[in-house]
Amino acid sequence: MSQLALRVKVGRLESLTENPTHYCAGCEHGTLTKLIASAMDDLGIRERTVMIDSVGCSVLAYNYFNCDHVVAAHGRAPAVATGLKRVRPELMVFTVQGDGDAASIGLLELIYAADRNTPITVFMVNNGIYGMTGGQMAPTTLQGQITTTTPEGRDKLLTGSELDASKLIAGIDGAAYVKRSSLVLTEISGPRGKVYTIKNILDAKKSVENAFRVQQKGGFAFVEFLSTCSVNWHMSILEAKRHVNNEVIKKYPLGLFKDTFGVETK
Amino acid sequence: MTRVYLKGNEAIAYGALEAGLNAYFAYPITPSSEIPETLAKEFGNKKFPEYKFFLQAASELEAINMVIGAASGGARTMTATSSPGFSLKQEGLSYAAGMELPFLIVDICRAGPGLGNLGPEQSDYFQATKGGGHGAYRLIVLAPASVQEMASFPRLAFDLAFKYRNPVLILGDAFTGQLKEDVEFPKLEPSKFDVSEWAVTGARERAPHILNSLELDYQKHYNHIAKIFEKYKRVEANEVRFEEYLTEDADQIIVAFGIVARIAKGVINKLRQKGVRVGLFRPITLWPFPKTALRKLVDQGKQFLVVELNTGQMIEDVKLAVGESVVVDFLGKWGGIVPTESEIENKLRRLEAVAV
Repeated sequence: MSQLALRVKVGRLESLTENPTHYCAGCEHGTLTKLIASAMDDLGIRERTVMIDSVGCSVLAYNYFNCDHVVAAHGRAPAVATGLKRVRPELMVFTVQGDGDAASIGLLELIYAADRNTPITVFMVNNGIYGMTGGQMAPTTLQGQITTTTPEGRDKLLTGSELDASKLIAGIDGAAYVKRSSLVLTEISGPRGKVYTIKNILDAKKSVENAFRVQQKGGFAFVEFLSTCSVNWHMSILEAKRHVNNEVIKKYPLGLFKDTFGVETK
Repeated sequence: MTRVYLKGNEAIAYGALEAGLNAYFAYPITPSSEIPETLAKEFGNKKFPEYKFFLQAASELEAINMVIGAASGGARTMTATSSPGFSLKQEGLSYAAGMELPFLIVDICRAGPGLGNLGPEQSDYFQATKGGGHGAYRLIVLAPASVQEMASFPRLAFDLAFKYRNPVLILGDAFTGQLKEDVEFPKLEPSKFDVSEWAVTGARERAPHILNSLELDYQKHYNHIAKIFEKYKRVEANEVRFEEYLTEDADQIIVAFGIVARIAKGVINKLRQKGVRVGLFRPITLWPFPKTALRKLVDQGKQFLVVELNTGQMIEDVKLAVGESVVVDFLGKWGGIVPTESEIENKLRRLEAVAV
């Protein structure tokens, strides 16, 4: 239980700037930003961490993380991270990509970074849609889901099935750590009605820290985070969170796919 | 000074190593593949202690983005490709110019468009000198005409790249890449570059370094591009390189770069023996283009013949430099075919007749 206890830091995280984020209300990008910054503080790595900012809702991360940044082209963050890590192995190099960035236009870069067991950390936010560009279909979009480019709903006969990035990367020999977590609060029934639990957030925090630890051990780490995009899903924040917990999770079940170094159990 | 017998592509590889190359990111494509092959073979050679990393990427895009990552860390890094691959590099080059990253890229130009063939062409001239990718930017472009220049230009390229924080391109062709000649490497230490002001090395006791081409504020982005073009003005003022061969008394000037300039010299030497006054103007930097030096020759009322391995690309820059009032003729060969000395000679004779 002590492992699950969320350590609360009083005051500002050193790894965060004081800039307010641009993320929409209810978006879990903010949660992930906080978890990553918190892990950087806890592991004491801020001063030797470089974030590779990807293209998508995460592109402005250089305004939020108080560390060095390189802003990559759409999909190319794992390649940029590879180049940097290989010439400066003392650095911690990570990226936060969206599902469109990592699993569509940048799938080759992701696969080969994993295949070479490149010691970098890739966090992928899966919200099933292209958020930044205004709600187009992503490789992760669910069947029947309406997006601006699938106005009749996604149909696998034409646009394919949901791409399970974690399963795909876990199938690659080189990948050392692959996990799917969720950044979405869950509802449970308590004695006095429904309450919200941060169980998922605690697990996500553990995933972030372990993904950094795997890099420190010299391995490639990939963590997929289920997330909402209530704006482009045209749902209320609460509806969107329920949608992930009731529907999205069926297609993308949470779990540890691979853990070569056994960091998760320690 | 060491003297070795090398192919042009091998000379580029050794030239880069002599200049202190740290990391190479490869993707094979004919006729440039001897560059990564040589650098793979030499990896671990204690003669080159600065050479720390070699990796074959999964695609041209992956390779150029790895170069971007390594350059971001302040490393001396490069990649090489040939025309179809050079098209794929454009994305990375645009980002790198916007982020002001220094590195070396080599294009051993082959025939196009599309797959074309493996023979020499100079048809990447536009892509090389006008930006190539999206947005307003330039590459500094060096055009070697000998294996010796293939060997010495990587050092110059790194010096220029780090001085101006911009990618530098060596534009060769299938001919110069495969040509084998004696080359000399002067005993020189790699240049020292200070990257501490911008490289991403971890924000320890300093504000974060952010290497970025994105700026959502229009005025700030306007200023950023203005700053880059101020830098390009300095490049244009200080880094123009060209060769003049027997131009002083010449009535006719051949303008050619790369391997074509070598053929042109042969023609000139032959014609000079017959008393025909022909000279050569060879741009070494294709960008910045040596327009002022070329314009100086116009004042003396000369005729110009531009010879290129394409359907006419550099001729546009030549015409811009010399103006409309001068005769500028063109001889182009493409598809892997190189002009013979007699073809150039015939063209000069016809040009002379026109002028009379």
